[in-house]
Amino acid sequence: MIPAPFEYRRAGSVDEAVALLAEDPDERKLLAGGHSLLPLMKLRLATPTVLVDVGRLAELSYVREDGDHVAIGALTRHCDLEAAPVAREHAPLLSHVAGQVGDPQVRHRGTIGGSVAHGDPASDLPAAVLALGGSFVVQGPQGHRELAAEDFFQGFLETAMAPDEMLTEIRVPKSGGGWAFQKFNRRAQDWAIVGVAASVNGSSRVALVNMGPTPLRARAVEAALAAGASAEEAASRAAEGLEPPADVQASAEYRAHLARVLVRRALEEATARRG
Amino acid sequence: MQVTITVNGTSETHEVETRTLLVHYLREACGHTGTNVGCDTTSCGACTVLLDGESVKSCTVLAAQADGRDVTTIEGMASPDGTLHPIQQAFHEEHGLQCGYCTPGMVMAAASFLKENPDPTEAEVREALEGNLCRCTGYHNIVQSILAAAKNRELVS
Repeated sequence: MIPAPFEYRRAGSVDEAVALLAEDPDERKLLAGGHSLLPLMKLRLATPTVLVDVGRLAELSYVREDGDHVAIGALTRHCDLEAAPVAREHAPLLSHVAGQVGDPQVRHRGTIGGSVAHGDPASDLPAAVLALGGSFVVQGPQGHRELAAEDFFQGFLETAMAPDEMLTEIRVPKSGGGWAFQKFNRRAQDWAIVGVAASVNGSSRVALVNMGPTPLRARAVEAALAAGASAEEAASRAAEGLEPPADVQASAEYRAHLARVLVRRALEEATARRG
Repeated sequence: MQVTITVNGTSETHEVETRTLLVHYLREACGHTGTNVGCDTTSCGACTVLLDGESVKSCTVLAAQADGRDVTTIEGMASPDGTLHPIQQAFHEEHGLQCGYCTPGMVMAAASFLKENPDPTEAEVREALEGNLCRCTGYHNIVQSILAAAKNRELVS
């Protein structure tokens, strides 16, 4: 399988990348690690006429403390995010989840920015950022703007970014509370059939992988926890109001069942970790 | 476009289409057919090579992305005099292959992993191979081979 022909341009800076994108935003795509985009192009599900390669912008690969949050450059690879001491200390959920994406080869190439911008409900990292109450910094021809993670994912593979915008940074509040990530799949390297990212720190946030058209929060679970429900009671509401997909791996009913089981496990694990 | 990649220590420059995948660059432009195409969907790991020393699946990397960088394939593992790399030697001694199709990818994945973790447990080896599928061996002898290679290296160093 080989992608349809395209013109290849290599950007030397974020400004240049945005300018190249702006020339024809609907037909051009940014290429980072390529581990979401290239598979789509090989299947001819994506046929951009111009690929703007931003993969060499080393200035967008970093994990650092920035006041009360951790800032992660969009081109930070999964393996680098997993290993970064700042992430391990201040965003352990995100660090752990980065180490659960795909397999070692995928983690050597894939980036957090690429994963998030792809907006795939089956991806692990968007759920982790949702559970942490994070945000995304995007740059377009008009400058920067910051978007809350919970407003970012708008439809299947659709985000709040305009076609001429580039994701540059991911921000998550420093977290000192309990956290957990539960991923259920049949083979180690597979996408999650269902996944759960939970952050328990005063108020609790629970996000779900592959339980709808977007990465999403388990609002009914969060509301139950806020009202004082036990982990088990709250988890029983994990699929409430959701329409999980049915595919070759699992029926919608099975996904709903998995969500209830995995949310309970995640809440128990996060609470135990908080101590 | 013109792409220059240092493959197994030798600089290779070829004129290729922009959509050329690294695995096809290696096999067709450079003639290094040791790297196999298996699933072609980033799943099986048969096409694993080292890009700047780290394992990647070359069916999901454009040759253009590797332009100016360093690639090692299975052909680059043995010494010029034919002496097998310790990982290859361990696969030989531990019978770490049957049909051999996944083997180049297994060896390259192991080379990258042992650099990150020179003294792994069996469980860590199994986890490190999550991106490489073998349909013959049930993985047992592959895991033993990599553990043996790690042990041999310890003795050497």
